[in-house]
Amino acid sequence: MQAVTTERLSDGAEGDVVLRVDDLSLDFRLRTQILHAVRNVSFELRRGQTLCLVGESGSGKSVTARALLHILDKNGAITTGRILLAGKHGDIDIATLTERSPELLKIRGGRIGLIFQEPMSSLSPVHTIGSQIVEALLLHRRMDKKQARVETIELLRQVEIPNPDKMIDRYTFEFSGGMRQRAMIAMALAADPEILIADEPTTALDVTTQAEILDLIKRLQVSRGMAMLLITHDMGVVAEVADAVAVMRYGRIVEAGSADDIFHDARHPYTQRLLKSTVKLEQNQRADDQSAPDPATTRQPVLSVRHLSKLYGASTSWFGGHGHAIKAVDDVSFDLYPGENLGIVGESGSGKTTLGRLILRTVEPSAGQVTYLGQGEPVEVTGLNKRQLKGFHRDVRLVFQDPFASLNPRMTVKEIIGDPLIVSDTMRGAALERRVIELLELVGLDAMAMERYPHAFSGGQRQRIGIARALALDPKIIIADEATAALDVSIRAQILDLLLEIQKRLDLSFIFISHDISVVRYFCDRVAVMHGGKLVEMGTAEQICTNPQQPYTKSLISAVPNPDPRNKRMMHRTRFTA
Amino acid sequence: MTAHTFIDDSVPETGPAVSALKAGSPVETAVAGPWRLMWIKFVRNKVAVVAGIIILLLYLIGLFAEFLAPALPDTSRPQFTNAPPQEIRLFATQPDGSQQFLLHVTGYSMTVDQASLRRSYVIDDSQVVPIGFFVKGAPYKLWGAFSLDTHLIGPLDPADTMYLLGTDKLGRDLLSRLIHGTRTSMSIGLIGVTISLILGVVLGSISGFYGGWVDMVIQRVIEVISSMPTIPLWLGLAAAIPLSWSPLTVYFVITLIVSLFGWTGLAREVRGRFFALRTEDFVTAARLDGSSERRLIFRHILPSLTSHILAVITLALPTMIVAETALSFLGIGLKAPVVSWGVLLQDAQNVRTIANAPWLLIWPSAAVVLTVLAYNFLGDGMRDAADPYES
Repeated sequence: MQAVTTERLSDGAEGDVVLRVDDLSLDFRLRTQILHAVRNVSFELRRGQTLCLVGESGSGKSVTARALLHILDKNGAITTGRILLAGKHGDIDIATLTERSPELLKIRGGRIGLIFQEPMSSLSPVHTIGSQIVEALLLHRRMDKKQARVETIELLRQVEIPNPDKMIDRYTFEFSGGMRQRAMIAMALAADPEILIADEPTTALDVTTQAEILDLIKRLQVSRGMAMLLITHDMGVVAEVADAVAVMRYGRIVEAGSADDIFHDARHPYTQRLLKSTVKLEQNQRADDQSAPDPATTRQPVLSVRHLSKLYGASTSWFGGHGHAIKAVDDVSFDLYPGENLGIVGESGSGKTTLGRLILRTVEPSAGQVTYLGQGEPVEVTGLNKRQLKGFHRDVRLVFQDPFASLNPRMTVKEIIGDPLIVSDTMRGAALERRVIELLELVGLDAMAMERYPHAFSGGQRQRIGIARALALDPKIIIADEATAALDVSIRAQILDLLLEIQKRLDLSFIFISHDISVVRYFCDRVAVMHGGKLVEMGTAEQICTNPQQPYTKSLISAVPNPDPRNKRMMHRTRFTA
Repeated sequence: MTAHTFIDDSVPETGPAVSALKAGSPVETAVAGPWRLMWIKFVRNKVAVVAGIIILLLYLIGLFAEFLAPALPDTSRPQFTNAPPQEIRLFATQPDGSQQFLLHVTGYSMTVDQASLRRSYVIDDSQVVPIGFFVKGAPYKLWGAFSLDTHLIGPLDPADTMYLLGTDKLGRDLLSRLIHGTRTSMSIGLIGVTISLILGVVLGSISGFYGGWVDMVIQRVIEVISSMPTIPLWLGLAAAIPLSWSPLTVYFVITLIVSLFGWTGLAREVRGRFFALRTEDFVTAARLDGSSERRLIFRHILPSLTSHILAVITLALPTMIVAETALSFLGIGLKAPVVSWGVLLQDAQNVRTIANAPWLLIWPSAAVVLTVLAYNFLGDGMRDAADPYES
């Protein structure tokens, strides 16, 4: 058996190395080529310490983590390298274990615990939370059912789920996203593992929940003395929890070192660029910008929203009963001035997306008014009929969150961008082609792109195509609904700069809907904070981000991770209980 | 503490590391349209490609039935009833005992059982019937327009017999009837599916796009139709067809009956896809671009469905063919003189025929099985290729 090697991993001077990855390479056979997803990656996990693998999408960070547990797709294979797990009787090389070997099954979930990104899909919807954790306990620890149940309640208490003796018998759908992630963590901890692998554990969560979960993971790791491998794309998260950092790009670790080294003495150009685009978003671009409009309310607004509300489930149902009304948007009023960037910030379920759709009337408002003053005459948007609404939609355009779903895969780029022009009968033929080329150049794409289909483009390029489509009809207002949320951090900064650049050239106002405070801070003049459908606080971007007044805003702002390990924000976080 | 290390790239990397699977130029998928991608994906499924070729061949056979058939389907020779298949042989023994290349079939020698007066045929090696390609035979009108008398294969002397698949109880050539039956059976599927397609796509689109009470009504209609027991219904409807109608009229009415019950599955498929697609971002985007509902349906949503619809149709065609065969077999579908696979199988309804002339059962049913299997494999391949953007 190859698995046992003579050398021992842990030597006293270095501290306890629990797992060492040596020169690991992974290949994937694709249809037309072989992808070297991971190349010559080496790192160590030490007891009680956290290593963060950072990288943008496609950098191979998740695949590396999965390789540690031999969870690979069928077309992937480890080509070189060793994964040495320290054991009582010498080290075990996980790379040489076969898929169904008992050693591997014992390691999976037993010695190495795994937390996934999606707490929604990693838990079974047909079993109670408790029974899923009990099963993990029965598998890996010699317990009878009664003991396992007691232990499960204890675990749920440790991950700070309130009333654990009651929650143990609840189903997954009765848990919120944050609670599910807590349950996931409890399950990963069930077998008392030495190593915890967390693959983007907080990416799907809101920023305040993210802060709580990161706190919890960090606390549990320290108290149990586990080694942790945290995979993330967010430099802020890295700064908050990492002891050591490894930056991955195109399958290689381009730079590795202590958190302080990476953040304050980055050597590799990619690391420097990554940090720059992260730190860049910490400043307000508009504040230094001379062209930014005076927020004084002396001028006439271009759009004014008054007492806008949307109730769901309030109408009388077929059978005469009254459902519980949910106020998705509750009495929201604000003004948007010409040339202004207004940010709307909130966590999931705060009603920010619904607000955007209400303004466009793709969702009908229950009450309130939207007045559009772009054409001189005030237009009451809530009273428009279908035909008049088309004219309004020509001036107020929407940029979508998902650059993959928002472009018709069966149309060429030219057809996509030209569609609004054709539909509105503005131009066709050669004039249309010239306009499309002009728009493509405006968003920084080559005119060659015209004849291609969207699948030939990356996420950032697709978002540019989406922006070009929004600009085709010379709009006055663009509503950007999480327009940068699906993009990598370096692309995110590029797209935001592009929007600012376009704004300088065209007379545009933006309503920028986002959950990401740093993006809003970078891009917007004024920020409105939404919580539970209500507009909680509104002010200039700088004031909201540095000197928030309302308790909710305070907790929200203080939960944002700071990309500087010397100044961790979580240490002095304000908590908000509502 | 972990040592600070980094890779010193003299030339920065610009993309993920890949190497070619094997030598050869990979397809440029960047500019390839969706149909080209689908084709690439389809061609990789060898079974589906073979099935597609078989289907194509069957339609060609149907198209050129008169030319390909050695004889007319209705020419009967009462002296050769239930004659067994003759084999094609390449070499004939000459009178001097030497072997010489001569394409031929062997003739029959007939014996009459004196007790039952039943004729039975035995292949007689001594009788040589020379055959050839592109021979003159019975005159026919190709597609009802061109008067011709050339057949692909046949006996050199039109008076001779060549029954490669044997004959039926009236002494008609089974091969010729099978070839002519291909035309009827394959086309009845096409016409039926076209009607189903129009009904299914239109009603499915309306149902899925508008939802609400429109959807309610259409779905309930579909449920009522699919809950009807088909065989008794067919029996009833077929019985209602007046006997005085010409075989051709009956043929169209039967097609109509079959297709009126075949559209429900397609309508549901289309409706489901519409439900999924109408909330997609790109449809919302098109709506905000000012597109009318008609443009949304036909320009934005339906093109995303065409490949799926094609796949569903391909899987619906064999159902139609089987339905026609079943109806005709039961004697309520097509009737003589129209020739279809189902009509041919009518001859194989009793055990005595199967015992005496098994070819009457084997060949028509083999044709049906082959067609249905080929359609299913083709449909599966098309369905897999229908979404070119996944994986």
